[in-house]
Amino acid sequence: MVRSEAVKTAVRAGIAVGVATGAYGISFGALSVAAGLDIWQTIVLSSVMFTGGSQFALVGVLASGGLSAGPAAIASAVLLGSRNALYSIRMSPIIGGGLLRRIGAAWITIDESTAVATAQTELRAQRAGFWVTGLAVFVGWNAMTIVGAVIGDQLGDVRQYGLDAAAAAAFLGLLWPRLRELQPIAVAVGAAVVATVLTPIVPSGIPVLAAALVAVLVGAFNWFSRPSARAESASPSGASSDPGDPRPSGADDGSVSTGAGHSMEEEK
Amino acid sequence: MTAWHIVLLASIACAAIKLIGYAVPPAVLEKPAPARIANLLTVALLSALIAVQTLAQASTAVLDARVPALLVAALLFALRVPFIIVVIAAAAVAAAIRAFV
Repeated sequence: MVRSEAVKTAVRAGIAVGVATGAYGISFGALSVAAGLDIWQTIVLSSVMFTGGSQFALVGVLASGGLSAGPAAIASAVLLGSRNALYSIRMSPIIGGGLLRRIGAAWITIDESTAVATAQTELRAQRAGFWVTGLAVFVGWNAMTIVGAVIGDQLGDVRQYGLDAAAAAAFLGLLWPRLRELQPIAVAVGAAVVATVLTPIVPSGIPVLAAALVAVLVGAFNWFSRPSARAESASPSGASSDPGDPRPSGADDGSVSTGAGHSMEEEK
Repeated sequence: MTAWHIVLLASIACAAIKLIGYAVPPAVLEKPAPARIANLLTVALLSALIAVQTLAQASTAVLDARVPALLVAALLFALRVPFIIVVIAAAAVAAAIRAFV
């Protein structure tokens, strides 16, 4: 089998993303031990949970609320990780069959691997992009998490080094690319207001969960949507999905509005 | 609840969420409301976490060195500066304000 140019492009993109992501694994490792977790717990988070937003959320809530905020910390991580289920659904037809392969794919189904895969147009390139990105990010993220945890362990008072502000900035970095349309911006503002107002009133961790209701309300009633905002999608790249696609729902030929449809059909 | 309970429960739950997606028929994505809510959920939680991480101190909201640090971070993200550099810059701003002000 000749490696096509498209596959090479996908592999290069995946490795680049892996290297870039590894760099901020350091900040997660340091913040995790600063929040009171030990190095082994930090390693379990990066290797088993393996979804950056949820990891930052868990240690963020623990940092402010301590172990008594545990249930709220878990709930925040799980809610934030729910978007990965959407990525799994999108990747499912691209990954193909085989139980072990699908379990392995699920493990590394994250923003980055889905983004690189769905940005490709050929099925083979999509698969290569997914696996290379997922594995490169996994290796880089976990290796740098350990480095960060070891460094963080030596630091002592983390506020002195501004690590609490670094955590806020890290969340902002995850949020930033999602603020391209009116609806998510409205949700972001509403959620921030709800969380801030509730902070003096309810126990630590609860303000963040309560803010999730803003998303449920706005999403359910589709407030603040504009006709042009219809392509707001499950794709981290935002490139190709259109949930409004009037395709009959029985059309599970792999063309689940991933932009994969074209090459999937060719393969058949 | 020990730290290990929290870490293991949350990790297993997050891994399970990814697996569930591979068991769900792809047609689910064609219903716009669930997809829309899941995407907005990410936005709401991240934004709430930013607010709490920037303003909360014990059980009150305060304005301290974290606020200018976050403003600097926002400016740098707007200028498309890479993630890791922005995070370091935010930490440096907060650390400098605490050291010198």
